Amino acid sequence: MDFPAMEPNMYTVKAMLIMDSDGNRLIAKYYDDTFTTSKEQKGFEKSLFAKTSKASGEIILLDGLTCLYKSNVDLFFYVIGGSSVNELMLVQVLTCLYESVQKVLGKSFEKKVFMDNLDSIFLIVDEIVDNGIIVELDSSAVTQRAAIRTDDQQSPMGEQTVASVLLAAKEQLKWSLLK
Amino acid sequence: MAYYNTGKRGEKKDDESAGNRYANPDRSVALQKARIFNDTPINVSKCIPVATEILYMLNQGEQLTAKEATNFFFAITKLFQSPNPTLRRLVFLGIKELCSVAEDVLIVTSSLMKDMTGKEESFRAPAIRALCRIVDPSMLQSIERYMKQAIVDKSPSVASAALYSSLQLARGPGIEIVKRWGNEIQEATNSDNPMVQYHALGLLYLIRKSDRSAVNKLIAKFTTGRYLKSPLAVCLLIQIVAKIIQEESTLGITTASHFDFLETCLRHKNEMVVYEGAHALVNLRHSTGRDLGPAISVLQLFCSSAKPTIRYTAVRTLSQVAMTHPAAVTACNMDLENLITDSNRSIATLAITTLLKTGNESNVDRLMKQITSFMSDISDEFKVVVVQAVKALCLKFPKKHSLMMTYLATMLREEGGYEFKKALVDTLITIVEDNVDAKETGLTHLCEFIEDCEHVNLAVRILALLGREGPKTRHPSKYIRYIYNRVILENASVRAAAVTAMAKFGAFNEELRPNIMVLLKRCMMDQDDEVRDRATYYFYVLDSHQAALYNQFILTPLQVSIVSLERALQTYLTTPAEEPFDLRSVPIAAEPLTVEEKRPRSEAREERAQTGAGGGGAKDSAKATTLLDSYVEQFKNIPQIAALGPLFKSSAPIQLTESETEYVVTCIKHTFAQDIVFQFDCINTLNDQILENVFVNVESQDPAFVINGTIHCPKLECNVKGTTYTRICLPKDDSGATGTFGCTLKFLVKDCDPATGEVDSEEGYEDEYVLEDIEVTLADHMQRTIVPNFGSAWEEFGEENENTGTYALNQYKKLQDAVDNFVTFFGMQPLDRTEKVPDDKNSHLLVMSGVFRGNFNVLVRCKFILAENGVAMQLQVRSDDPDINQAIIESM
Repeated sequence: MDFPAMEPNMYTVKAMLIMDSDGNRLIAKYYDDTFTTSKEQKGFEKSLFAKTSKASGEIILLDGLTCLYKSNVDLFFYVIGGSSVNELMLVQVLTCLYESVQKVLGKSFEKKVFMDNLDSIFLIVDEIVDNGIIVELDSSAVTQRAAIRTDDQQSPMGEQTVASVLLAAKEQLKWSLLK
Repeated sequence: MAYYNTGKRGEKKDDESAGNRYANPDRSVALQKARIFNDTPINVSKCIPVATEILYMLNQGEQLTAKEATNFFFAITKLFQSPNPTLRRLVFLGIKELCSVAEDVLIVTSSLMKDMTGKEESFRAPAIRALCRIVDPSMLQSIERYMKQAIVDKSPSVASAALYSSLQLARGPGIEIVKRWGNEIQEATNSDNPMVQYHALGLLYLIRKSDRSAVNKLIAKFTTGRYLKSPLAVCLLIQIVAKIIQEESTLGITTASHFDFLETCLRHKNEMVVYEGAHALVNLRHSTGRDLGPAISVLQLFCSSAKPTIRYTAVRTLSQVAMTHPAAVTACNMDLENLITDSNRSIATLAITTLLKTGNESNVDRLMKQITSFMSDISDEFKVVVVQAVKALCLKFPKKHSLMMTYLATMLREEGGYEFKKALVDTLITIVEDNVDAKETGLTHLCEFIEDCEHVNLAVRILALLGREGPKTRHPSKYIRYIYNRVILENASVRAAAVTAMAKFGAFNEELRPNIMVLLKRCMMDQDDEVRDRATYYFYVLDSHQAALYNQFILTPLQVSIVSLERALQTYLTTPAEEPFDLRSVPIAAEPLTVEEKRPRSEAREERAQTGAGGGGAKDSAKATTLLDSYVEQFKNIPQIAALGPLFKSSAPIQLTESETEYVVTCIKHTFAQDIVFQFDCINTLNDQILENVFVNVESQDPAFVINGTIHCPKLECNVKGTTYTRICLPKDDSGATGTFGCTLKFLVKDCDPATGEVDSEEGYEDEYVLEDIEVTLADHMQRTIVPNFGSAWEEFGEENENTGTYALNQYKKLQDAVDNFVTFFGMQPLDRTEKVPDDKNSHLLVMSGVFRGNFNVLVRCKFILAENGVAMQLQVRSDDPDINQAIIESM
């Protein structure tokens, strides 16, 4: 008996999730219609969290979906793919997501700081996967494209005029005061 | 923000909101806050948290009405005024999130187009992505020029964004427009940036995939040299190559360079690529039969990786291989042993089930103990995998069945979903049908299971099994109680199945018959029509006291496939006919409705359990049963063949050429009552030739066969399948049923332009091509049928209808080899499991039944004796027609 011919497929990622230590959804991006309603999504997240929050290892097959996970302190990261996906691609997506978040949060890797920087997190997630297609796997490229101010990197000035440089400086000052 | 979430759920709430400043979003409050976007100048530091809050609210699954979404959408678009990069990026995100619900989204098109072509580098890529989300095909033309520029933009983020957004467009009606960007996409594949390469390759394949020669060109370009930098792109290329290999293998073509590419991928420095390559090779094994060695040794290395996911991929792929090629995996047994105690449960389970498939008799006990210890922790999918493994073991080590049976019975009593229970019941049924020693215990377990079974489907199947196997056991009476309990307690479909099962006991066992008839009489009062009808029918058949009637109407299952029967009945109803419907006009099912048919199906299920939701495996077996029907359908449109009467049998396709020659020809033999039709499927693999007026010249040494007409194939273009038929009239007296036919392909060649397919000159020249010979064997005239009670059927024919012959078969050294060979030679159905020779026996009796072309029933008994210099055989044939007996004896 033959295996059915596998259609070459770039839609690798079905979902990316970030949850807190109680299993509450912080970020959830679903890229296809595996779960059509919000209720189904929440149900899946609940069983996923129950299976993975205490287990060791980074991979599980749940409801026919390959789920990769990784956690730190009170943040849980998930990348979900189909059952026949190349799992090693998903690992790389997960690593990229994790490292990019780490670059934003710096030393204080915890939920509170995460929520304070939620705007940047949204941009990061958007830069890693688009509609299920992997956009970028290099975390420094991701943070750079999301134009996020990380500690070790100044935003590039490029061919800006003096006025805009001044404007940018003003912004920077405002931000540092706000922090 | 705390004002709307305090005091609701006490302390816990405070704690939660301390970490989450966006907790408990509310759409009306958020909309209020969004008013701040209208202020001029825009207050960036206040707007960012509000925009984030809106995104967070949407992210939590808040469902907005179209009106609300539109309100948010327009509020957000106000922020196009701000030059702040973070705020603007959030605007793009907001547009993407809201555009599917909100109305009038096209209003932002011009702003997005400005950003897409503007100076600000970091806005261009997100603007393209947002724009491609909102455009409709009519607008796509107006941005076409900008998209083409963006695809070849020097900034990798812009080029990538344009490429993967186009992929999205090409999924819908935009594909026709995207196809026009071929040159730009081709150029993008030359990019230095790995991600741009990946996206460009994907898009290039998508717009070319329907054209096989274009895909082959694409493969040829990228597989030579180290052209692709991105591992993702190489993985995609592997998938493309694997797909083309499979497509071509169905056409009978193999390209060595494709395999070479896959094998070089096993030596790639990136693990992702290595795994993709190994996976592709393993999945291709069926169609190509290549050596799995290199792929397996790569996976073996993966087993000892430090990363759990790598171990997981290895063991998962190995377990897939083990299902069909356990021997290939035994080399990895040591590595798998180490994974049994892996901290990741998924890996441990897969390792154990793989070992169960490949392991030997001695370690089965230990593995089973290990797995039962964490059976309750694992998901249903894996439970099914475990059950499948146990099933494979039972078939492999029949002596272990008592141990296995205990495990299965325990699992049957445990909690579990329908798929899990079905797998268990399937397994038990297979064991019961396959293993004589296990029959009684297995049936007892199943009887206990139906006492408390919520799945109607399973109960019906088990009752059917009891009816088939129960009467042949030593104490058939003990099953009657279980079966009759169903009649009292269950719903109508189970009751009907129970009635049928009881009737079979009555038909088979003389001493039980009076009791059964009492029970059936009670069922005749049932409130359900079907149950009542069945009970009445069986009661009166049993009441007739005629063994022939029992055999024919109770014990013998339906010999035709349901699909063919339905089709035949429909045809009968549409064409008014005088004579009553004749069941014999329906083609006999190629695979009778018993064990043999269930096997491929349960394997397919195994496949599905492994690959999760995917898997079209189940379709395969359905295809097999309807293959004959598809031929019938095909011949309906060919009047010359339709005139030959009902189709009796079709053979599997036979290759008449090597798979890599200029012309690839396969042949299918269709047997009718008085004729054989050869169907030649031809493929012309030369792209600079068009063949016309193609046919196969068939010649026979034996004058008894008359070649009577061919149907030519008018035109054969490159890589398009064409079909031609040749009809052979069979000798009337059935004597010479077998023969050899020489074949030559004849055609008119016209040269053409390989690129356009236009013919160079109308003048062609005749040519021919010698094919391999076709053998017509006894099996082509014979269909398999099931006779449930061989002994009584044999007696019915009587000795006067018998022919015998004795043969010395010195080429066989083992009885099993001889038996296997004769089963295929006769093409008949072996009965009562006589196709399996028990170990260390010196003689064996093989009994088979079948139907000869023209609907003559045939029974065969072959006695094999192992002598010193080979195998001796005595053949007895009984049938309706002495000529057929003679023909069979002569064909030996």
